[in-house]
Order: sequence, then C-alpha cells, then structure tokens
Amino acid sequence: MLSMSAPALTKPSRSAAPHGTLLDFRDVAMQFPNGTIALSGIDLTVNRGEFVTVVGPSGCGKSTLLRIASGLETASAGIAEIDTKRIGYVFQDATLLPWRTVQDNVELLAELGGMKPKERRARAQEAIDLVGLSGFEKNLPKQLSGGMKMRTSLARSLTLEPELFLFDEPFGALDEITRERLNDELLRLFVEKQFAGLFITHSVSEAVYLSTKVVVMSGRPGSIVGTFDVPFPMPRDPDIRFTAEFAELVGEVSHALREGHS
Amino acid sequence: MALSPQVTSAAIPDPSQRQARINRVYAHRSSLWWPPVVVLAALVGLWYLLANYYASQQLAFLVPYPHLVIKAAFADPLFTPQLVADLGNSAQVALTGLTIAIVIGVVWATLMSQAKWVERSLYPYAVVLQCIPVLALVPLIGALFGYEFLSRVIVTVLISVFPMVSNTLFGLQSTDLAQRELFKLQGASRWTTLTKLQFPAALPSIFVGLRNAAGLSVIGAIVGDQFFQRGTPGLGVLIQVSTSRLNGAGTYAAILTASLLGVAVFLFFGWIGRLAIGKWYDFS
Repeated sequence: MLSMSAPALTKPSRSAAPHGTLLDFRDVAMQFPNGTIALSGIDLTVNRGEFVTVVGPSGCGKSTLLRIASGLETASAGIAEIDTKRIGYVFQDATLLPWRTVQDNVELLAELGGMKPKERRARAQEAIDLVGLSGFEKNLPKQLSGGMKMRTSLARSLTLEPELFLFDEPFGALDEITRERLNDELLRLFVEKQFAGLFITHSVSEAVYLSTKVVVMSGRPGSIVGTFDVPFPMPRDPDIRFTAEFAELVGEVSHALREGHS
Repeated sequence: MALSPQVTSAAIPDPSQRQARINRVYAHRSSLWWPPVVVLAALVGLWYLLANYYASQQLAFLVPYPHLVIKAAFADPLFTPQLVADLGNSAQVALTGLTIAIVIGVVWATLMSQAKWVERSLYPYAVVLQCIPVLALVPLIGALFGYEFLSRVIVTVLISVFPMVSNTLFGLQSTDLAQRELFKLQGASRWTTLTKLQFPAALPSIFVGLRNAAGLSVIGAIVGDQFFQRGTPGLGVLIQVSTSRLNGAGTYAAILTASLLGVAVFLFFGWIGRLAIGKWYDFS
C-alpha cells in the first residue's frame, strides 16, 4: 500500500558539505527490512558542474542509491547529504499520465507544487521547446514513440529547474539510435541548463559519453569499485565516440566492471 | 505542425494515416454488425417453427408467434399501455438502485484504497455480499422494509453493488509505483494523489464496473418485482400476471422488453464510458 507522507528528504546541512557539492554520500549503507543488504560503504559526491554516471550490473543497488538521493528511501547507515531542494527525477519509464496531453503532463510537477496556471504553462512551453517537442503539445502519450515519451518526461522534470538531476536508467528501453540521439540532447541540456547530474545506467559507452565522472559498482552488496574521470571537454562532439581515447576509457571501465563482478 | 528536426518521426500523426485508421475502424465496425443480424434472423426462424409446433398442439400460449408478440408490445390497446407504464416503473427502480450502488461502491472502494487495514477489514464483506444468494434474502427484505419501492431498490443495490466495489478498487490500485512516487516526490497530499492520479487511472475499470452493475440493476428490479407485488408494479409483475392469464404474447413481450432494458442500459453506459475516456483509453 502506498504511504502518502511528505517525502522525507535527507536534511541538508550546509556547513558540512564543501562549497559547490550538491550530493555527498559518506559510508552510506542500505539494508532492507527483509535483511537484504543493497549497498555498503558508498562514498560519492556530485558537485555543481559535474555529471556523474553510476554503472554496474543489474541488481547491484544502483537504483537504490538514486532512491536515497531523491529521498524516496532513507539510508540505513552513513550520511547522505543533499544540498538542494530542486531535484529532478527521471524514472526508467516515462511515467506519463495517459489521460493528459504532452502539455498537461509537462505541467504536472509544477501543478503539484502549486504554481499558478499561467506561470506553469509558460514554463512547460519552454521545456517542451527545449526537448524538441514543439507542435506535439496537444498529443496524448499513446500517440508518441518511446523516445518522445522520454522527452516529455525530461521536459516535465525540467520545469522544476533542477539543480540536481537524477536519472534512473531512463534510456534503457529505447533503441540504439533513439538512445544516442537522446544522449546528445541530454548533453546539450546539461551544458545549457547547468544542472548537476547523477545518471544510472548499465551501458558503459553511454556512461563514458555522458559524464564527467564514471563510478563503477559491484553487485551484492553494492559497493564502489572504481572511479574514472572523463577528460573529454563539454560540449561534447558526438564523434568522440569513435576515437581511440574513448574506446580506451570504455575498455578500462568495462574491465573494472568485470573485475568487480567476478 | 512545426516539426523540429530532432524529433523521431515514428508517431507523427499524419492526416492520411489518421484517415486510413478511421477507415479501418469503420471497416471493422461494419463487419461487426451483420453477424448478429444473421443470428437474429435464424433465431426468429426457429421461433416460428416452434410456435407452429406448439400451435398444432393447442399450446400456443407457451410459444406464441413472433408477430403476435410484436403486436402485444406495440399495438395492443389493452396491453401496450400497461407494458410502457411498467417499463417506466422498472427503469426507475433499476436506475435508483444503480445510482445508490455507484455511490456506495465508489465510496467503499475509495476507503479501502486508502489503507491496507481498511481493505483487509472491509473487502471480505464485499465478497460475502457477492456470495449471498440475494434471492434468499428477498423475503426478509420485504418483511423488514415493506413490499414496495424501497425494498425493490434495496434488492437492486444488493445485486449490483459488488462489480462497482471490486472494479473501482482494482482501478484505484492500478497506478504503478513509479507514478505514485512521482507524486510523492512532489509532496502531493493524499487527496491530490487520489484526485489527480488514482481516480483518473481508475476510470476505465470504473466504467467496466458501471456497465456490469447497470445490467445487474435491471435483473434486480425484475427480481424485486416478482417478490414484492405491492406498490408500483414493474415488468416482473407484468410477466407473472401475463403468465398466469396464459397470455403468451404478453409474457413474451414483457420478457423481451425487460431484456431490451438491460441491453439499453448496458449500451448506454458503454457509450458514456467511451465519451468520457475513449480519447486516451480503448474502451470497448
């Protein structure tokens, strides 16, 4: 059954976190009531201007990590500090409401936050334009492709003007071409909107392409086995994916992933 | 429509495609209407054969000729006005009972959707209600509440409330976890989540329940009638009276009218359902 209490966001304590740090996990662990240990000893920071991707095998607790960051779950041990209230959260599915048009879906979060209709309409329009859905405002979700649904979902979160954007494998269900295109769009938004990102994926090349830092997790209980800085500059040239340096880094991350998995 | 280049083209609603789709739907519809008509013709043919047989046995009132039934229904100066008045009475009982069943069903299901313990406490009684042979209760209801309108309505509610409860509850619980969490992340209240997420999401199953409950409400009205002869009699009474007077055509006309009332409310609520949610949900 659903519990409807207000989200118990981890209390920000500005004094402790270094300047510019939006998310600071120290020795975070998660044990579920049934005894399953999902995470242990997680140290992770996301600073302003960073796009951090967590890559790991399925069931390694990377989604749990994101849920703790969003406040949907509370860590059972350690300190999880979030230094902003403006958090965007993009789910694995687009989670659009099928009875609402694109426009009304994008307005939803602002509406729930109590924003005036005129203001939220303007903000939704801006977000719709940003994700390239202009002209589709009156369409219903069932008339959209998977990629367009995800764009709508992105636009919906953008209306909150998030400082910290959390992504839970948002493009996992899309085909390769759509996925690459949305990766490019996301990078463009990252550069333009200057949010910090925490992105969960199981695709190593997506991780390397999108992020400024890649964190590799191992499974059960999930823990961090490697961190890689991605040296490629932003805005990122799509062709970077075909360079030797890119391939080399993907190789290193994959290697760490495999080590951690065995 | 202004298309930006980066938009995937897969779902662009192209007018010609839309027309093609409409054509397909209509082709589908037109292929749908004639098979039942053929079956109807066959049934009427069979009916004539049977009527012919019973007439030859001097038992014409058991299976009267179809055209005599039609005459009783539409053109019998003694019978037709009675049929129309009783149809009105039965429809009134059915719709009153249905309205009450809808209110009770939706409120009951909404309460249960709000907490697991409420559901655990109340759902068994919905099932019990469904399992009670209402016919066994009917004499008691008559004794307690009189043999008139009120008792007829109570029987109707008892018969038609369960599909409202179960379908509404199912609908309210059909939202997926991520959607609820989306609301939770925004600090949406219970009421907001109910009105902006759960109720709209429940509408498709509420309308399924409504359609079934509507059909059952007609059954309830007829059953109530047959037990409670006083007050404003409806089609149930007419069926009994016609049968006892060996008025075969009248009996059949009343039975068919009751059946058509059931079909009519079923279709009506299906239509209302399509009107309300057909835009985003394939309600058939």
